[in-house]
Amino acid sequence: MTRRSLLKLGGAAVLSMGISGRLFAAPSSGARFLLVFLRGGYDSANFLVPFSSSFYYESRPNIAIAKPDPAFNTGALALDADWALAPAVRESIGSMYLQRQVAFVPFAGTEDLSRSHFETQDSIELGQPTTGSRNYRSGFLGRLSETLTGPSRPNSSIAFTDALPLAFGGGAVVPNLSLKNLGKPPFDERQARILSEMYAGHHLEAAVSNGLELRHEVAEEMAEEMNAANRNAINTKGFELEAERMARLMRDKYRIGFIDIGGWDTHVGEGAASGALASNLASLGRGLQVFSTSLGSEWSNTLVVVLSEFGRTFRENGNRGTDHGHGTVYWVLGGSISGGSIVGQQQRLVQKSLFQDRDYPVLNDYRSVLGGLFRSLWSLSPAQSSRIFEQAPPVDLKLV
Amino acid sequence: MPLSTSTASTRYHERDFTGELMGPERLRIACYCLAIPLLVAGCATRTDGSRVAAAPLRAMHREDTLWLERTSFGLDSASVESYRQLGRERYLERQLHPGEFALPAPIAEEITALEVSHADPSKWLADVNAQYKALNAMADGAGKEQARKALNDRGNRLAYEAIRRDLLRAVNSPAQLQEQMVWFWLNHFSVFQYKANLRWLVGDYEERAIRPHVFGHFKELVMASLQHPAMLQYLDNNQNAAGHINENYARELLELHTLGVGGGYSQRDIQELARVLTGVGVNVGETPKLKPDLQRLYLRSGAFEFNPARHDFGAKTLLGHPVTGKGFGEVEDAVSMIVSQPACARFVSRELAIYFAADNPPPALVERMSQTFMHTDGDIGAVLHSMFMSREFDAALGGKFKDPTRYVVSAIRFAYDGRPISNTRPLLNWLNGLGEAPYGRQTPDGYPLTELGWASSGQMSRRFEIARAIGAGNAGLFDREEGAAANAAGFPQLSGRLYFEAVEPFLAARTKDALNRANSQQEWNTFLLSSPEFSYE
Repeated sequence: MTRRSLLKLGGAAVLSMGISGRLFAAPSSGARFLLVFLRGGYDSANFLVPFSSSFYYESRPNIAIAKPDPAFNTGALALDADWALAPAVRESIGSMYLQRQVAFVPFAGTEDLSRSHFETQDSIELGQPTTGSRNYRSGFLGRLSETLTGPSRPNSSIAFTDALPLAFGGGAVVPNLSLKNLGKPPFDERQARILSEMYAGHHLEAAVSNGLELRHEVAEEMAEEMNAANRNAINTKGFELEAERMARLMRDKYRIGFIDIGGWDTHVGEGAASGALASNLASLGRGLQVFSTSLGSEWSNTLVVVLSEFGRTFRENGNRGTDHGHGTVYWVLGGSISGGSIVGQQQRLVQKSLFQDRDYPVLNDYRSVLGGLFRSLWSLSPAQSSRIFEQAPPVDLKLV
Repeated sequence: MPLSTSTASTRYHERDFTGELMGPERLRIACYCLAIPLLVAGCATRTDGSRVAAAPLRAMHREDTLWLERTSFGLDSASVESYRQLGRERYLERQLHPGEFALPAPIAEEITALEVSHADPSKWLADVNAQYKALNAMADGAGKEQARKALNDRGNRLAYEAIRRDLLRAVNSPAQLQEQMVWFWLNHFSVFQYKANLRWLVGDYEERAIRPHVFGHFKELVMASLQHPAMLQYLDNNQNAAGHINENYARELLELHTLGVGGGYSQRDIQELARVLTGVGVNVGETPKLKPDLQRLYLRSGAFEFNPARHDFGAKTLLGHPVTGKGFGEVEDAVSMIVSQPACARFVSRELAIYFAADNPPPALVERMSQTFMHTDGDIGAVLHSMFMSREFDAALGGKFKDPTRYVVSAIRFAYDGRPISNTRPLLNWLNGLGEAPYGRQTPDGYPLTELGWASSGQMSRRFEIARAIGAGNAGLFDREEGAAANAAGFPQLSGRLYFEAVEPFLAARTKDALNRANSQQEWNTFLLSSPEFSYE
């Protein structure tokens, strides 16, 4: 007996969950979107290096990244006269940039001035105006997902995380599963059906059946992965492996994805061209490259945004690290974007232009930036846009 | 068939076991064989071999079992029996005055044997500081790495011992409400073991700053956490000095510990409170040499220090009241003033009501608790009493989703029902997997108290996996802590007397249907622990 017929036999309770519709029909063609949240506040100035600023080198006597040298194919990669890309991502993000598949938005961020990780992460994920009280059950990806699919239709969003992020709050039930360590699904078809049916009519019904189904679905997808790995003998690991798995699921099933990556809070011993931050960036860059290639032709239909709750202090601190700052650099990636550019409002980097004499200012509000990308990607109406990001007019960065 | 539980005879249990519980024949027989010894043992302990319970016991209605579950880490036979003998009011009184309770002897011995139970945190802190200093002075290389590893291993071991003690008590202590309150306050005044040297301190933090005060006056808790090196380091107040203000602790003291967001304080109040808190810090080294007029204001107790040389003696205004510069007395005055705000009574009452009563507690309940809080100078025991004996609390029974700690501990209590477990690693692994490890919350806001934080699709399937780990095997719970060899095999029998008395009568038809479709006792256990009735209380 096949899995599909088993599910059908499960009766009305199972069918009414809309499982089979969601699981076995690939989403109709349409844009895909992945949000990569770097939790901890990554040091954007040692990623997108403002190498034309002598103030950068004065501010970071121990951890600055050396100016790009056109004579060499290593070291920082000059993107224009002012900005260079960290050596750690030269091969990955750098080569994608040269193919115009990557753009950067420096001086991006939020109005939130708490410089508190959890406060600012929450406020970004909720994506609500900072004035007025917060609704913790309404995140911007939840609103986006609902706008695109309608509350009555099965949505095709997924969080590649252990807990459901605030960003997906509200709206329909969104499945979540970390792809880091995948074991065998613990329950067979019959057991999963019995478990689901125990929750029929319960408000957790959708969460329970989605969760159990997702485990099976992922197991099926990953059986393919194991075969592929055996054939090609490619030994991917860490974030690259996760990225490959994400691509597989987003290629076949899901349109909106979320993943978070920690380890960016570099108060101490941050390193420069190499070191703690560089190896995190290198792994992230390679993973995103794997994500793009694994999506195959669907990469041209996909947009990825990488962001973090805030940037870090422009000056290095006494421990060769950096502290919580304000503005940061967002990344936009996609197979068919007009990339190879550094976009949004910008400013020359001198001491005077620092916010509170310590951080990048925020010139590009994250809600307007994301709202603009969403509007172009899905041709949203003004009403839809303002439902996702209330009181934040979308800004067109001309990337999509 | 719902049982009328006024009589506890072997006969009706036989009828239930054999009559209508299980579908497959083999399972029926297995359960039957298991159930009889359980019943005999259960009665024998009370009645010297007689099969009839000695005293007439109250029937357990659905509200009784749910109320008991809510005020404990889950049902076991002992708690049910105690409740039936005492009735709700007297049961609660005993729980609120837990002095007379004792841990089962093997658990008490286990805990006494732990190094963390003989902590001298100021000495440990002095040692670890010296060792880190020595480590930093070493040349890079294998020796340094080895020393670093040794130090880390020791820190990890001490933090694990604190967790082990905590979990052993949660599972085994008859003072169940006390254990829940320890969890609640540790979460309210949350610290993270991986910050600074906190792994050396978390056990002492729980033991001396939190545990003695769980039913006391709220101010005692604030003051005890405020003077503990774990909190002072976690929220950086040890860095807070006149002219070098660090607002971190002042902000969280108002936002997370006492008044809550929107509790009527301003950014200015945070700054003023930070000034009040200057000089409150940690010292395990030499006592500083101070001028005589400052010397008399110097305080030291264990690793806690108030150093007047670091204190801002300027005049301050906090919440509209002037604070005169006088040293540590300012801190006591400020805390008294803060905890006497109606906003504090409301905030703390609401947090308690969210944890125990409902995700959205009825305003009337919170109001009544706040009134009690204000009339009793923040007497937590009195506030709890007013909540647990209220009509609103009864009305909310059955609707509270168990957070991972409640879920895991209640499953173990139910599955092993008084049989002491020896290995707490599996519990910690499950809590890690569900995202609620003790002392593991990195941010000072503590773990979520509502269903929203714990019932996503991924978390539900993880929960079912843990249900299976507990239901289908012994999960290593009876292995030796450090040894490799397994001491026990097999799986627990969940369909025993406790199940038939306190669980089965209240199961929904869908759950019973699922249980009837189980192919084995292990699967039956797994389904029961995965049921909505086991995740809600």
